[in-house]
Amino acid sequence: MRSFDYVRAGDTAQAVREAGSEETRFIAGGTNLLDLMKLEVMAPGKLVDITRLDLGGIEETADGGLRIGALVTNSDLAADARVRRGWPVLSRALLAGASGQLRNKATTGGNLLQRTRCYYFYDRGEPCNKREPGSGCAAKDGVNRILAILGTSEHCIATHPSDMAVAMRALDARVEIEGAEGRREVALGEFYRLPGDTPQIETVLKPDDLITAVLLPAPAGGRQIYRKVRDRSSYAFALVSVAAVIEVEDGVISKAQLAFGGLGPMPWRDADVEAALVGAAPSAALFDRAADILLAEAKGYGGNDFKIPLTRRTLAAVLTQATEASA
Amino acid sequence: MQFNLDINGERHALDVDTRTTLLDALRDHLGLTGSKKGCDHGQCGACTVIVNGRRINSCLTLACMHDGDEITTVEGLGAPEDLSPLQLAFVEHDGYQCGYCTPGQICSATAMLDEIKAGWPSNVTGDLEAQVDASIEEISERMSGNLCRCSCYPGIVDAIRQVAREEAGA
Repeated sequence: MRSFDYVRAGDTAQAVREAGSEETRFIAGGTNLLDLMKLEVMAPGKLVDITRLDLGGIEETADGGLRIGALVTNSDLAADARVRRGWPVLSRALLAGASGQLRNKATTGGNLLQRTRCYYFYDRGEPCNKREPGSGCAAKDGVNRILAILGTSEHCIATHPSDMAVAMRALDARVEIEGAEGRREVALGEFYRLPGDTPQIETVLKPDDLITAVLLPAPAGGRQIYRKVRDRSSYAFALVSVAAVIEVEDGVISKAQLAFGGLGPMPWRDADVEAALVGAAPSAALFDRAADILLAEAKGYGGNDFKIPLTRRTLAAVLTQATEASA
Repeated sequence: MQFNLDINGERHALDVDTRTTLLDALRDHLGLTGSKKGCDHGQCGACTVIVNGRRINSCLTLACMHDGDEITTVEGLGAPEDLSPLQLAFVEHDGYQCGYCTPGQICSATAMLDEIKAGWPSNVTGDLEAQVDASIEEISERMSGNLCRCSCYPGIVDAIRQVAREEAGA
């Protein structure tokens, strides 16, 4: 690990002041950042410790939603009684991720900013445009079974690894950010950036921007499901995952909010898929049409071609479960 | 950098490089070698310790970030002449072969049983709002962050179940 300066921030304003350069990183749980620093994939010159900031609470908002502090751990968020009752897809997604030890350390803000687990991003002996812009992408023609089929570019086919963010995207979450110019909110759907020719830039955050909270709107109701397909049944990243909030009224789908993990460089959501479902009666043919829309632009790179049929089948399974008559 | 660590009820003053992980501080600077370094990347769980009541991977956290935290290592759970209930149960059920992962397993299981008592659900819990039972399936899922290359999982699960039953009966 390269050496770094360490500063413990006493309040949010100080944290923002201490940041402001590409060389500085905030640290909270540290479960991903320190891993990458040990491998020198990331080598910040300065760490600003934000763990003592007052960002650890979950509060109810005036509109019936929740304000989740950036330092709330994945464990606490998953176990929160209000989340389990009103936003169960979020609890489910959190519990499907990582291990008990990691969930106890990993924070809400940090989880959103997880880096890809692409093997070539981690391997400093290989080219990677995300790690070293302009060096090339070894994944396209390499071992790529875990990598993306949607939203890729010729420069990068990395996936975003979070489960939590997939559920939050389905729930229309917003990210609260404190920066040098004050506080702002960004919809999670506008928070991440496609790789294009700058895969090293993953979000709209500026160096001195600090995530202070995630805002959830009032409970979406409906049936909420998080289905994760992976190589082993626990403690593994998703090959494909689906977060679903589905409501059926009088035999017709009245609400469909769907987000996908393991497919793209960000938790993926496609308004056309949801529009095709709403107002229609559930059927295998309808679910197949939804998959056609979702996967119209999908591109496999050899090792990950299987994700295209796997996504189709996982989506059908989730929609079948979400729309079948209640027992 | 100078700071204090409160470990197993005792305060230790340290002056170490900021890069020092909690695991390296315990092992290399304080002689507490019960916590083990397996993968050093948060994947194996051999380094698991309990910080402020929560189990974490001590390899993936900086020692200097824990000034003032209450840290418990396997040395703080029991002693050879005074084993903790889980330590006794691991002996009784043969929950190890080489023993390298055992301190991490025991720290993890100690805090994991508290998570069940607090009603935390897991990925295999059917009803998110129902009471959690320390079943084989629940224990296996909750302990997935602790690997055992000798594959003593049946003994480990039996040991943890026994203590869960004893605690529930008490």
